Amino acid sequence: MSDTLLQIDNLGVDYETARGDLKALRDITFDVNRGEIVGIVGESGCGKSTLISSILRLTAPNTRFRQGEIRFKGQDLLPLSERRMRALRGEDISIVFQDPMQTHNPVLTIGQQMLDIQHRSKASKAEKRARAAKMLGAVGIPDPEARLDQFPHEFSGGMRQRIAIAMALMSEPDLLIADEPTTALDATLEVQIIERLQELQQQFDCAILFISHHLGVIAELCDRVVVMYAGAVIESGDVREIFHNPKHPYTRRLIDCDPGHIKTRARVLPTIPGEVPDLANLPEGCIFRDRCDQALPCCAHQVPPLTQLQEGHRAACWLNHEEVSA
Amino acid sequence: MSKSRSELSLILTGVARDPLGLMGLIIVGTIIFCALFAAWITPHDPIGMNIKDRLQGPSLTYLLGTDQLGRDTFSRVIMGGQVALKVALPAVFGAMIIGLTLGMIAGYGPKWLDNLLMLFFDTIRSFPTVMFALAVVALVGPSLQTVVFVVMATSIPTYGRVARTQTLTLRNSEFILAERSMGAGMARILGVHMLPNIIGVLAVLAAMDIPTVIALEAGLSFLGLGVKPPTPSWGALLKDGYALIRQTPWLVVGGGLPIILATLGFTFLGESLRDVVDPKLRKQR
Repeated sequence: MSDTLLQIDNLGVDYETARGDLKALRDITFDVNRGEIVGIVGESGCGKSTLISSILRLTAPNTRFRQGEIRFKGQDLLPLSERRMRALRGEDISIVFQDPMQTHNPVLTIGQQMLDIQHRSKASKAEKRARAAKMLGAVGIPDPEARLDQFPHEFSGGMRQRIAIAMALMSEPDLLIADEPTTALDATLEVQIIERLQELQQQFDCAILFISHHLGVIAELCDRVVVMYAGAVIESGDVREIFHNPKHPYTRRLIDCDPGHIKTRARVLPTIPGEVPDLANLPEGCIFRDRCDQALPCCAHQVPPLTQLQEGHRAACWLNHEEVSA
Repeated sequence: MSKSRSELSLILTGVARDPLGLMGLIIVGTIIFCALFAAWITPHDPIGMNIKDRLQGPSLTYLLGTDQLGRDTFSRVIMGGQVALKVALPAVFGAMIIGLTLGMIAGYGPKWLDNLLMLFFDTIRSFPTVMFALAVVALVGPSLQTVVFVVMATSIPTYGRVARTQTLTLRNSEFILAERSMGAGMARILGVHMLPNIIGVLAVLAAMDIPTVIALEAGLSFLGLGVKPPTPSWGALLKDGYALIRQTPWLVVGGGLPIILATLGFTFLGESLRDVVDPKLRKQR
């Protein structure tokens, strides 16, 4: 059960721009086991989207993979041909996008689209249709057979996102990437979608890579969590461990900023002052130093390594190194 | 198949509900009906001469009078409509299909191919249509096919550019990314997912283009570069009428009125179609 499905090793991705190379991802290392839900948290622009598009290799033309490996079932995806990569997409790895209002073709019925994504299957049209209806039923769309003939704009946002999940799970993938699937939805729908995902995950036994900036959702859903900041992993580990015993100041402050955590009424919500550093022109030392209130002298010169603090908990901060912080 | 038919009837109902669209539908319907059944509707042989009855005014025998060779103007107008559609429909649909294909390839393919195709489009566009027509006619001689070819060649860039722009916009849309992440290849994305999004816009463009082409055919025939006599054409009728304007006004009326009507009819239809087909406007209904 605990064998590794997706393994990302020292991944470094740059964007070539007129201002020079933008170091979007640096030294990303983490893995996802079969049947496990791993969350990725981080503020906007921290490289979450670059990471998923790199896994699927659906990157912008100016993307350069500088180093590292993305191993899926033991096979490195980066050198694979476009053909082989395409065979993986939607078959072994599929994805649910953030905005359900944009992810369906507006001029085709849901049924046409659900039949189309089964293009690899040799089944007859009627069988494909039956399968599409069954999947719609599985995500809780009432009267699925009739609704197959409707257009996307005839569904609500929450329904559309459930349809997107149904489409992603159609091929029973081993890995489902969920790119902020609840960000565009309101709170009640968010709970619905999360519960549905949990149910389906058990039913289909797929691993989920769940990207979000909603810590509450991550805590609810995930087994493990990876915290990203400015294109690097700064802390990763078991979800309870991270939430109860964060070892990186960024994680700590991220948890403090979560409105769900604030107990007393405040006029101003807490924020982390400062800005994410310019990725084209990275500062020396720790990337979080400018915004960190516990910065040490050594943080200015040396990048803290992502070190194992205990079984399943890693953090990249000098504060955890007694010989430096003492 | 029943679904696409209901879609078509939905569009037609939408057009008919709009007064201008209804008018366009009636005019275009009449022109197409007359063209299809020209052989049965024409009271006289459109190229049969009857010198005794030359240059007559309208009467019960000759509804729109006769020309200098005694040919029935009304019959010639009807036949001329058939000629006009024989030029306009193949030219416009041919240009639309070629332009659509090239435009989608330019929009979705690699940058160098896009540049090459755009160069091709711009080269064609830089020829003035009438000059191009003159050159081609001088080379191969006037005929129906020549007119169709000239019109088609000069309209390809218009469709190509629109198809390219649409493809470029769609290519970065999230649903296309979603399809790609589901493992769809280029052919599937272009054929299954982009085409239905683009075809509506181009169909509207085509409907609006038909009157231009009819006018162009009439203009070329007026200059003697279009269809060869004695084949009746609205432009040729106008030309004869222009020469004989002192003897009878009816030839000019017979040639001019259908051009005006056809132009208006197709334009109304096109504009109304645009409002109905546009998915953004349709959602609000």
